[in-house]
Amino acid sequence: MDATIIFLIYIFALAIFVGFELITKVPPLLHTPLMSGSNAISGITVVGALISAGAENVALSKILGLCALIFAMINVVGGFMVTDRMLEMFKKDKKENK
Amino acid sequence: MSELLDSKQIIVYFVYLIASFFFILGLKKLGSPKTARRGNQFAMIGMLLAIVMTLLNEQILDYTYIIAGLIVGGAIGAVVAKKVQMTSMPEMVALFNGFGGGSSTFVAYSEYMRVSSEATAPANDVTISIVLSVLIGTVTFFGSLIAFAKLQGIMRGAPITFKGQQVVNALGLVAIAVLGYMLTGDYTQEQYLLIIIAISTLLGILAVIPIGGADMPVVISLLNSYSGLAAAATGFVLSNNMLIIAGALVGASGLILTQIMCKAMNRSLANVLFAAVGTDDSTGTSTRGDRSKVTEYTPEDAAMVFEAASSILIVPGYGLAVSQAQHIVHELATMLQDRNIKVRYAIHPVAGRMPGHMNVLLAEANVPYDLLYEMDEINEEFQNTDLALILGANDVVNPAARTDKDSPLYGMPILNVDYAKSVMIVKRSLSPGFAGVDNPLFYADKTMMLFGDAKDMMTAVVKELKDS
Repeated sequence: MDATIIFLIYIFALAIFVGFELITKVPPLLHTPLMSGSNAISGITVVGALISAGAENVALSKILGLCALIFAMINVVGGFMVTDRMLEMFKKDKKENK
Repeated sequence: MSELLDSKQIIVYFVYLIASFFFILGLKKLGSPKTARRGNQFAMIGMLLAIVMTLLNEQILDYTYIIAGLIVGGAIGAVVAKKVQMTSMPEMVALFNGFGGGSSTFVAYSEYMRVSSEATAPANDVTISIVLSVLIGTVTFFGSLIAFAKLQGIMRGAPITFKGQQVVNALGLVAIAVLGYMLTGDYTQEQYLLIIIAISTLLGILAVIPIGGADMPVVISLLNSYSGLAAAATGFVLSNNMLIIAGALVGASGLILTQIMCKAMNRSLANVLFAAVGTDDSTGTSTRGDRSKVTEYTPEDAAMVFEAASSILIVPGYGLAVSQAQHIVHELATMLQDRNIKVRYAIHPVAGRMPGHMNVLLAEANVPYDLLYEMDEINEEFQNTDLALILGANDVVNPAARTDKDSPLYGMPILNVDYAKSVMIVKRSLSPGFAGVDNPLFYADKTMMLFGDAKDMMTAVVKELKDS
């Protein structure tokens, strides 16, 4: 085990902490868009997929990369678009309620 | 990381850092309906930066697969996002969670093939990261497929259990730990990794089949968390901080939503995952109540009750979405508001089939979000309300949860509709809800029952109000 992995675990733990702080403040009203939006963010594996699909590798490794890329892109594009579609529908009442 | 970085790599690392900022800022802005759309756009910018910067990476030599993957994946995602019905949002999120997990497995396996073809053995922590990434990714993928099948009705919603299921799960995890350890000993043994994938597949399926249809909101939230953790695990495989940060954020988000859902159903996570108490949402074989004991109203009577009220709280349940009654309910609410009647909506956390689902369904019908109140905000208000109108909800308004210690619902937080001056329930029959428990509210003196489909009934009431 070298220093890198310790450093990565630090990053992971702090990011989890930030995540908890941020998400507890999201009201239930927005939980569905939060889920689909965070789902799109988890498509960040697209970065790994791009390297697997494009690097000088054996053919099978590149095909795995291609599969990863398709899956991740569905996640990213679909997730962000559907979240935007939902959030567009949330509107405030025009007439003030008495 | 001890080697010196050239200037290009330094730029890549800093752009990844900026992308991480955008993800955090995006999630922060998702916390308020005013800024939520901007927040989602911030996250998109972060993702765009990450993708563009990676494409400039010098490791990438061949763009044919990349272009194919970007176009095919992007197009599928775009079409699904455009076409999906708001009622089907749980299915879509379940499926997308799975794709995220699947992607992690593929990347980890591809990375394994790269490092195992090199002359020097990979560091143990790289191998362990690969095993973890494959495990979480595969469990997420197959678990999500099962969740999708249950939600879509391809598979029955009823829990599927067998004796010794827990033992099988535990043995599976032990086997993976042992195989992972053996792989660090001899990294060229590719079959170990393949067996790990096979066991993970089994674990993913076994994790979701014992969970009933009614508990699906918990499962989707949990799988959401797993998909984030899978991305973070991939970050460990590639030593990429941005993946770890983004994955951890999603992992934390899913965990919080899981916790909220469990609390709203008064269940512990262990109880949801292992107890298999959820019933099939499609069977209606339970005993039915006696109709002669209730006060039955017609839409004409109901219209008069509405006109006489000065404040109304609408309690929507999933039955409302099933009959697509959101639009007509909004029309009714607007008509009543024009007559100076105060109309608000009270939303239980588990109304709908995923966290926050009911809010989206009502927003789609143009109901303004500032009329939607969550349970804790509105529960005090029922006692000052003339009429509580319950549409397709049952267990979440069952007073037995508060009073009857023997009820399976006991302790579950409910909307206190029985405190309202009068209650109107629109329902097809007296059949009980998911929990299979009779609802004493149906037989209360102040309760009016309107038997029928929510949409038909509300349409009739609106017509009546227009004519009067």
